[in-house]
Amino acid sequence: MTTTLLLLVLLAPALGAAVLLLGGRRTNAWGPLAAIGVMGAATAGALALFGAMLTRPAAERPVGVLLYEWLAVGDLRVPFGLYLDQLSMSFVLLITIVGTLIHVYSLGYMAHDPDRRLFFGYLNLFVAAMLLLVLADNYLLLYVGWEGVGLASYLLIGFYRRRASAATAAKKAFLINRVGDFGLSVAIMVMFTMIGAVTFSAVDAGIVAMPGWVPLVLGLLLLLAAAGKSAQFPLQAWLFDAMEGPTPVSALIHAATMVTAGVYLIVRSAAIYDLSETARTAVIVVGGISILFGAIVGSARDDIKKALAGSTMSQIGYMVLAAGLGPIGYVFAIFHLLTHGFFKANLFLGAGSVMHGMNDEVNMRRYGGLAWVMRLTFITFLIGYLAIIGVPPFAGFYSKDSIIEAALAHSWTAGIVAWLGAGLTAMYMTRMVMMTFLTKRRWQPDAHPHESPPVMIIPMALLALGSAVLGYLLVMNDAFEHWLEPVTGFVHEDPPLAMPIVYGITFGVVGLGVLIGVLANLHPAAEAPTRVNPLVRAARADLYGDAINEGLFMRPGQVLTAATVITDRRIVDGAVMAVADLSTGAGDQLRRVENGFVRSYSLALVAGAVIVLAALLLLRIA
Amino acid sequence: MSPDAYLSLASILFAIGAAGVLLRRNAIIAFMSIELMLNAANLAFVTAARAWGNLDGQVVAFFVMVVAAAEVVVGLAIIMTIFRSRQSTSVDETSLLRW
Amino acid sequence: MTFLFWILATLSVIGGLGMLLSRKAVHSALWLALTMMCLAVLYVAQSAVFLGTVQVIVYTGAVMMLFLFVLMLIGVSAADSLRESIRGQRPVAVLVAVALGATLIAAVGNALDFSVGLQAANAEYGGNVQGLAALMFGRYLIAFEATAALLITAALGATILAHRERLFPRQDQRTRSVERFRSGVHPGQRPSPGVYARHNAVDVPALLPDGSAVPDSIPGPLRARGTVREIDATATEEVLDRLVGGAASDTGGER
Repeated sequence: MTTTLLLLVLLAPALGAAVLLLGGRRTNAWGPLAAIGVMGAATAGALALFGAMLTRPAAERPVGVLLYEWLAVGDLRVPFGLYLDQLSMSFVLLITIVGTLIHVYSLGYMAHDPDRRLFFGYLNLFVAAMLLLVLADNYLLLYVGWEGVGLASYLLIGFYRRRASAATAAKKAFLINRVGDFGLSVAIMVMFTMIGAVTFSAVDAGIVAMPGWVPLVLGLLLLLAAAGKSAQFPLQAWLFDAMEGPTPVSALIHAATMVTAGVYLIVRSAAIYDLSETARTAVIVVGGISILFGAIVGSARDDIKKALAGSTMSQIGYMVLAAGLGPIGYVFAIFHLLTHGFFKANLFLGAGSVMHGMNDEVNMRRYGGLAWVMRLTFITFLIGYLAIIGVPPFAGFYSKDSIIEAALAHSWTAGIVAWLGAGLTAMYMTRMVMMTFLTKRRWQPDAHPHESPPVMIIPMALLALGSAVLGYLLVMNDAFEHWLEPVTGFVHEDPPLAMPIVYGITFGVVGLGVLIGVLANLHPAAEAPTRVNPLVRAARADLYGDAINEGLFMRPGQVLTAATVITDRRIVDGAVMAVADLSTGAGDQLRRVENGFVRSYSLALVAGAVIVLAALLLLRIA
Repeated sequence: MSPDAYLSLASILFAIGAAGVLLRRNAIIAFMSIELMLNAANLAFVTAARAWGNLDGQVVAFFVMVVAAAEVVVGLAIIMTIFRSRQSTSVDETSLLRW
Repeated sequence: MTFLFWILATLSVIGGLGMLLSRKAVHSALWLALTMMCLAVLYVAQSAVFLGTVQVIVYTGAVMMLFLFVLMLIGVSAADSLRESIRGQRPVAVLVAVALGATLIAAVGNALDFSVGLQAANAEYGGNVQGLAALMFGRYLIAFEATAALLITAALGATILAHRERLFPRQDQRTRSVERFRSGVHPGQRPSPGVYARHNAVDVPALLPDGSAVPDSIPGPLRARGTVREIDATATEEVLDRLVGGAASDTGGER
């Protein structure tokens, strides 16, 4: 039964993708509905699995299914096996539920796109790959899903393929992701070489006996992979450009699910990180930098989707930081991941709804006063807003506050960074709400904003509902901690300050952020001010992430390429061509001997005879 | 007269014949030079026959003459044929055997 | 004997060099004939009476006449231009030829410093011819028969080579005449040499009424050989004056 349901969950989207992508135009008419149908089936399967898992006692909840022996080469045995434990289950539910809602939303959002069928095919492909990623029972199979979501992400970022910027953004995302994928592939090789296995259980068991450098190296390599996939510092540059894709894609892939794969990888490799303090510290540092980096960029961008992308980077920074804290943080990382999946998808869909009504305008300086025109969108967006800045009882409050507490328990620095991030989050989200829905109208002359159709509003409403109540549901009776504890372990540590003081500081910081956000954006200009302080200028340029990449990697790379080309042309080709030229040149000269004149030939003949004769004579004399 | 003088004369004539083959472009003259070389060889044979005191050298010279006659017949016929088709007897004209 | 040898040796070398250096093939052939005659005498001087005779008959008489015959057939124009066309051929060829002569002399020039003489060998069967005959029809019989085959083959080959396949119908005088009129280039008879010329010799071109020469009136072989006589321009003027000047006074007078 479990096997059947697992296969249903995994194969239904894969089947949908295959039918839509291979079926061609014939499936144009019913393709999108079929895509939603398979998602519904997958969701139903996931819920059934969840129900079955809840009925079992905690120790018996994980199930493994060995489908077949995938690779058997020498000592390497890689099973094609699925593994469903509480961690995977959480992800499967997030992916299927949010995925289905976004599929439905896309029905309205992409209604007028001629390539709709292709879009839904790619979405199904993505969901299938993501499910494979979280259901795999070994790192190699995880890698397949990892690359699959990378491919789907590439295809969907470049979905508007007639737009050069979209094509470039897709390529950029793919290339930067390759850097991270390199870390994962090397990590898998190290695992095989040192431990001799790549299944999670075997690695978890074998890593304990390894010398100290193995967990450290593996931890850093996996962190590299996670940073690439989750757009964490220093591999964050692709996420902002990834907003070139359709907004549902940004919601599903670049906010709710794919970008959290890095967090999943770190939490899944908890056994490795538990053994290396240094690797954990690196994770915390990366997460902390990303929190502030994303928040600063999000505060300065006028493009609503890029501001949200900065927010995503920042929130995933929270998760990575929490994951780096070790057993006190894993649970909260996943907790925040789930709530973030809901409220950030909600926010993105809200932004998509606004864009849908505003002729695809993304500049917040052209918005304003939309609260009265798009009421339902405003309400759902407002719920998402309250959730992300952490107002109780909305979801973000519980998850983020848990992370702040855990960070404080770990160190003051981590705690202060988390607080700072919370304040910045409040500030830029308030700015977004002010510029978009409140304040004066600054529309373009041809803008006629209207409320989106129900097919878009209903998924937004459901996600808003999730954003509102999910946190409380999960935190009730510490339900989520108990749920995930068997997988990741959980240690409770009290922060060095009393709880009311922590809450007080958090609320103070958030309130200050909101206040600044409101006061600074009472009268936003329709054009972005050009005379701004250096921090804003840097933040508008994504803190020079692209410039650094260009200066540090692209230009030396180009020089290296040019040098290689010159070496190849001049030296390698030169040597080959010199040999060839030598032969042809020698041939050209030698062939002149064959001039066709019989007298020349006889001259050579006689000369030869003379030489032979002379030689014989000399021999006789000698 | 000692046979050595005859042999030296034969050598000189042979060299003159060789020079003719190498220098003259007229196929008929080149052919004549070959005849001169054959004659020089004949002289050497005859001289050797006298020096050794038997007639075998003379017989060989006789055979050389016969072969030379046959050669002249065929060679001149070839020259005629070439002249007929190319209107020339220059050996440089027939330089098709080249690169 | 020594005296005779030196005379003949000098003459034969001169003949060889003459053959080598003559510009015209006919001269070369005649120089070669001289060399061969000298060699015939030298054969006889070395007790090879039969070979000397054969040399005269076969070489000087038959082979050289064949050469001259072919020269006549292919035309006397077959004179070499002495300009060398292959770069560097001439000096190298001379060098190599001299080297060849030098090495040959060095090799065989003192190989036979003895002489048995042929008196005994010739006397064995009663003479040189008998002795040769005994060898040829004895020890060398098979080779002799083979030369017979060789000669027949050569004769046959020469016949085949000289044979020309008739590819077009034979042209008689009538067809040639029709052809000439059809082309219309020069339907009539060509001018004969010597017309209106000071000489009526065959190597003097005919003159047109304006006094210019007609090259076509000279037979082809003479033109090819380059023995066309130049017209004396002053003499022609004089003749013209006398002819045309007189005619100018009596208008329309018959000439």
